[in-house]
Amino acid sequence: MKLFRIKGGVHPDGNKGRTAHAAIEDLPLPALLHIPLQQHIGSPAAPVVRRGDQVLKGQLLAHSQGMISAPVHAPTSGRIVGVGNYPAHHPSGLSVHTITLQPDGADNWGEGEPPRTDPFTLAPEEIATRVAAAGIVGMGGATFPSAVKLNLRTRYSLDTLVINGAECEPYLTCDDRLMREQGVAVIDGIRIMAYALGVGRIVIGIENNKPEAQAAMRAAAKEFPEIEVAGLPARYPMGSEKHLVQTLTGVETPARGLTADIGVVVHNVATAYAVHDALRYGRPLLSRVVTVSGGAVRLPKNLRVLIGTPVEDLISYCGGLSESPARLISGGPMMGQPLPGTRVPVIKGSNGVLALTEREAANEESMPCIRCASCVKACPCGLVPLEMANYIRSGDLEGAVGYGLMDCISCGSCAFVCPSNIRLVQFFNYAKGELTARQRAEHQQNETRRLAEARTIRLERQEQAKREAMARRKKAQAEAKKAKEQAEKARDAAQQSVRTGS
Amino acid sequence: MFAALMSLMALGLALGVLLGVAARVFKVEGNPLEAEIEAMLPGSQCGQCGFPGCAPAASAVANGKAPVTLCPPGGRTLAQSLANKLGVTVDLSGVEDQAPTYAHIREGLCIGCTKCFKRCPTDAIMGAHEQIHVVFRDACTGCEKCFEVCPTECIEMRPVEATAQTWYWSKPMEASS
Repeated sequence: MKLFRIKGGVHPDGNKGRTAHAAIEDLPLPALLHIPLQQHIGSPAAPVVRRGDQVLKGQLLAHSQGMISAPVHAPTSGRIVGVGNYPAHHPSGLSVHTITLQPDGADNWGEGEPPRTDPFTLAPEEIATRVAAAGIVGMGGATFPSAVKLNLRTRYSLDTLVINGAECEPYLTCDDRLMREQGVAVIDGIRIMAYALGVGRIVIGIENNKPEAQAAMRAAAKEFPEIEVAGLPARYPMGSEKHLVQTLTGVETPARGLTADIGVVVHNVATAYAVHDALRYGRPLLSRVVTVSGGAVRLPKNLRVLIGTPVEDLISYCGGLSESPARLISGGPMMGQPLPGTRVPVIKGSNGVLALTEREAANEESMPCIRCASCVKACPCGLVPLEMANYIRSGDLEGAVGYGLMDCISCGSCAFVCPSNIRLVQFFNYAKGELTARQRAEHQQNETRRLAEARTIRLERQEQAKREAMARRKKAQAEAKKAKEQAEKARDAAQQSVRTGS
Repeated sequence: MFAALMSLMALGLALGVLLGVAARVFKVEGNPLEAEIEAMLPGSQCGQCGFPGCAPAASAVANGKAPVTLCPPGGRTLAQSLANKLGVTVDLSGVEDQAPTYAHIREGLCIGCTKCFKRCPTDAIMGAHEQIHVVFRDACTGCEKCFEVCPTECIEMRPVEATAQTWYWSKPMEASS
């Protein structure tokens, strides 16, 4: 199939060899599971269980609230030992609402496994509803609720489903292994999603550094002519949704738009597998495949891990750490975020846990910019990172926005090639966060003004009502007085007439 | 002599009429800048700036009697936009000394006197006579008006803490070049 070139990009060392050969292993049941209520983009889920409750495997723990949200389920059977705050799988190290579950070891589904259904007999909307109920979110790391993306056809005219199997981040091999080992299930999930979206064309994009995965997917997709498997040149960030679509179709997604604007929806292979599980077997999303790797890990592996398992359990199953890591990262080394510790749980979007050594992390002092423009050549979005960073450094965030800050995908290509080790991505992430905070402050101020005005109107209305009531009362009093006077007058007159008559 | 007198008088009259018309046509109702600044302020009349309300505060800012950083609820964002409006430069590094807070009512001590309920400028307190009152955290601006009037001192001002949703990366530290 014809591919289209994208601008920029970098070639970091793959480092995938450590785990590419390692078949997915099931991690033994941990002693405790910490299941955060917010593992997705959108509103957090609301808990429906209490401390002390006994729950079965797959039972709903917290339901979704709002349009963009996702529920969470019990990854195994056991007892709820806490509903409270626990350190989040997040670089800030802050706590989030978390349900803590103590497994009972029985891994009990209750009345057997949920019933099986044929998804192709269901209405497309019903498939999206079931995907939402299973708590499936984008498992490539973005964690956007998948059901929302499956419902896009009501608002956009769609023609293509692109499946993201690029896995362009170094070290990570979880999608690679999933495609190799569960090819048939992944293809089935992909077909279910295409049916829900009502699209006729399916393209699976896999980088050429994963020939076994390409072969496995081609073999599994042989009977379905609408599915095409495309080999992509291995170049970071090929797995970025917009760049993947541009490579495969030659059409660029509009700035700050969705790929749906050009008729394409992108889902990850792990999401497809979760959809297969949910629609064929009625199982909610309870586990995911995580690559545990990095120079400081003794035995790097790919593990199937229950959601909520502490990261330390994964590391100790992989033989522990051979040295104290310079960096502990969730996700890949390019876009991954540092973890505040190993106590934090695995969440739906965590595709990798990397413990990098000093040599791998390359924590070097940052130096002044020499204006070599390497970052301009590397930027896949066609931006000028050095100028944006200069604006942000001097505090002019609006200037950086004028240079396209909002089109930056924080892929890290610029910081990767920078010979001066300037923390370019941190500048951009800081600026995006600061702009969002300002927006929030402004919104809050407008709300305050609205509330204050509403209060003034309310007070005036109350005052008005009081005045009216007073006026009515006065009028009533006056009338009563008048009536009384009249009655007295009449009585007097009557007495007068009686007297004159007598 | 007469001609000179008449021409000066005519000149005086004509200019006088012109001034009179100009005074009517180009009449200014107060300082327009004050109105514009007042529209930018939160409008909750909380009085934290030391002025009795947002309108007097706006007039003080417009006349240069108060700094653009006067409004604690508006914070850094408002200070920046006021500075842009007035064309002055402002050092924002020292602005946000006061961390944002919100009021919290300790339910065990609330006697339901409705004093705080009546004073809240944004209707962020819900309650009724002899009922325990509660604060809607999202609507509270931390103006401390309720804090001052509570007879049982059951209101405490708590700092608004960053959550995983509002947290973001700090600006990178660099060696000065």
